[in-house]
Amino acid sequence: MTALTLRRPVDPGAVTVSGSRRRLIGLLLALVLLLVLLVASVLIGSTSISPAVVWKALFDPTADIDQFAIRDFRLPRTVAGLVVGIALGVAGALIQALTRNPLADPGILGLNAGASFAVSVAIALLGIRDIQSYMWFAFGGTLIVTLMVLALGSTRRGQSPVMMVLAGLCVGSVLGGAGSALELTNPDAFDAMRSWNAGSVVSRPLELIWPILPFFAIGLVLAFLVSGPLNAMALGDEVAAAQGVQLVRTRILAIIALTLLSGGATAIAGPISFIGLMVPHVARWIVGPHQRWIFAYSVLLAPSLLLVSDILGRVVMRPGELPVGIVTAFVGAPVLIALVRQKKASGL
Amino acid sequence: MSTRVDFGRRVMVLRRRNVAVRVEWRSVVVCAVLVLAIAGTAVLALMTGSFQLGPGQVISALTGETTGLVRDIVVEWRLPRVAAALVFGAALGVSGAVFQSTLRNPLADPGVIGFSQGSYTGALIVILVVNGTYWQLVGGALIGGVATALAVYLLAYRRGVQGFRLIVVGIAISAMLASANTWLILKADLDQAMAAATWGAGSLNGVSWGQVAFGGACIAVLLLLAALSSRPMRQLELGDDAAAAHGIRVSAVRLGLMVLGVALMATVTAASGPIAFISLVAPQIGRRLTRSAGITLAPAALIGALLCLAADYLAQHVAPTPLPVGIVTVILGGGYLGWLLITEARRRL
Repeated sequence: MTALTLRRPVDPGAVTVSGSRRRLIGLLLALVLLLVLLVASVLIGSTSISPAVVWKALFDPTADIDQFAIRDFRLPRTVAGLVVGIALGVAGALIQALTRNPLADPGILGLNAGASFAVSVAIALLGIRDIQSYMWFAFGGTLIVTLMVLALGSTRRGQSPVMMVLAGLCVGSVLGGAGSALELTNPDAFDAMRSWNAGSVVSRPLELIWPILPFFAIGLVLAFLVSGPLNAMALGDEVAAAQGVQLVRTRILAIIALTLLSGGATAIAGPISFIGLMVPHVARWIVGPHQRWIFAYSVLLAPSLLLVSDILGRVVMRPGELPVGIVTAFVGAPVLIALVRQKKASGL
Repeated sequence: MSTRVDFGRRVMVLRRRNVAVRVEWRSVVVCAVLVLAIAGTAVLALMTGSFQLGPGQVISALTGETTGLVRDIVVEWRLPRVAAALVFGAALGVSGAVFQSTLRNPLADPGVIGFSQGSYTGALIVILVVNGTYWQLVGGALIGGVATALAVYLLAYRRGVQGFRLIVVGIAISAMLASANTWLILKADLDQAMAAATWGAGSLNGVSWGQVAFGGACIAVLLLLAALSSRPMRQLELGDDAAAAHGIRVSAVRLGLMVLGVALMATVTAASGPIAFISLVAPQIGRRLTRSAGITLAPAALIGALLCLAADYLAQHVAPTPLPVGIVTVILGGGYLGWLLITEARRRL
């Protein structure tokens, strides 16, 4: 169930704790971690393939069966894990900044419910079965929900974060209920949706990932552009407006970025919900309330969490596999609990 | 020009010996209207089915004037379901009210501390792994839910429980259990998985008098306890510090109230699966109708009952195929929230 804590005041202690040098070192460590995990994700799998074969598969390809496994399975899922992770992390950071709620995730605006509903419709009513077609339903569902949330949550004076969250809850629950109604009355759709809803990066060929990348690029550029204004808006709308921030434009741009990133990630991998909540939240604890630093850390830490989970999902149940969306929560949740217990003043 | 002096809200005070109850007029009127609406909906629900009855037949069957087939249809077949909807709906409304008041968060319900996901996990294990009976299902849901709530509370405990930490731990544990549930559903046989998912959506299918009586007795005791604890709840809404200054033992009272809220939710979930949204929305609707400052229990209970009954009627008789009631409550609750947003936005223009 979604729990909301709205309007958390900025923790003044966090601003001065870490200098930018410490932040930079941390960022480098996170980068090294991500690179190690990218390599590990290609090396480790349900069948063991020697690093030499992996090297050959990538740089000196022949028609060997093991090389085939690397090029057609492990490489695409690693690329999918990387881009989906980045998109989820930044989308989460955006929604947390936008709603001034450190526990928000894109699901709070009903985006995942919109994507799920669109995919249920595609499967149950239109009989579409392959992911290359219904991924665009997921993307489209996210876009439509965003428009609905904006329409419902806006007043003539602009969009208030609280109103948008409530609008998201409303749209999300209506579509979620309608989606369940479709699934529970249609066994085929139920069967397809139970695996799509788990969230996975398996058997997503590279041709499925490429068309989403331009949307991710636009989303990331927009996220970078609004990071400054979002910092000012953390102090409250009045203060931000006094500093010359255009509130409406910033919010709209942030929402567009959020939709492209979250919708694209869901289109590729299905709804993976925990990363977008946890990673930016932890990044904020590390670097304090600086949007650009939070974005930078999220860009590196979110795909790391996704890749670790995906690798673990391959090894814990050999020769079977756990979908990454299921493992993510089991990897991330204990970390989050340990952190929230250590933290002296989490503040509300 | 004469101006009316505003003496605040009109209240009614009932005194008898050493007990005094102060009731606001508006609340009394709202509750009376709600009771009428519930009675009307209940008669409608008793009339409708594959064997259509008139309101007169229903009422004479209830009063015992009619016997035979009509009486059996009304009292033995349809009444348990209506009674279950009313009792469970009221329990859900109060459960949400207790949580929203103690956590001072308008969107809180026992789901916040992982209860719903936990009971679903327990039920899934019973349905899919053990393949158990109805009472084993009840036990599994109860144990799962209560154990989860307890685990969240203990993990969040560090020299007292702070609201924010409780919510974060609740989200983390819920996410883990949700993943486990997805996995259980994914691995199961399709028919069983669909049966389990129907339970998970919250359904009143196949409720018997025995189940209603058992659940109703538990809920009656719990509702009485909730009514008795409404005063410390009021104090807690002022903030931990203010409540402590008024002589409330904040941690103990909060724990007690949360146990109460979870117990109410647990009774309902055990009998019918986690019916969503009523606990979230009923207290808020109640607050808006009575225009009271805080969360009030009686309107929340009545609205919960009305909502659950109306949703079940729609799910059974209006939807093209019969649906679990939980799906309709989610759609109705969400739709109501949307309507509220639109009207509030218009008012503020």
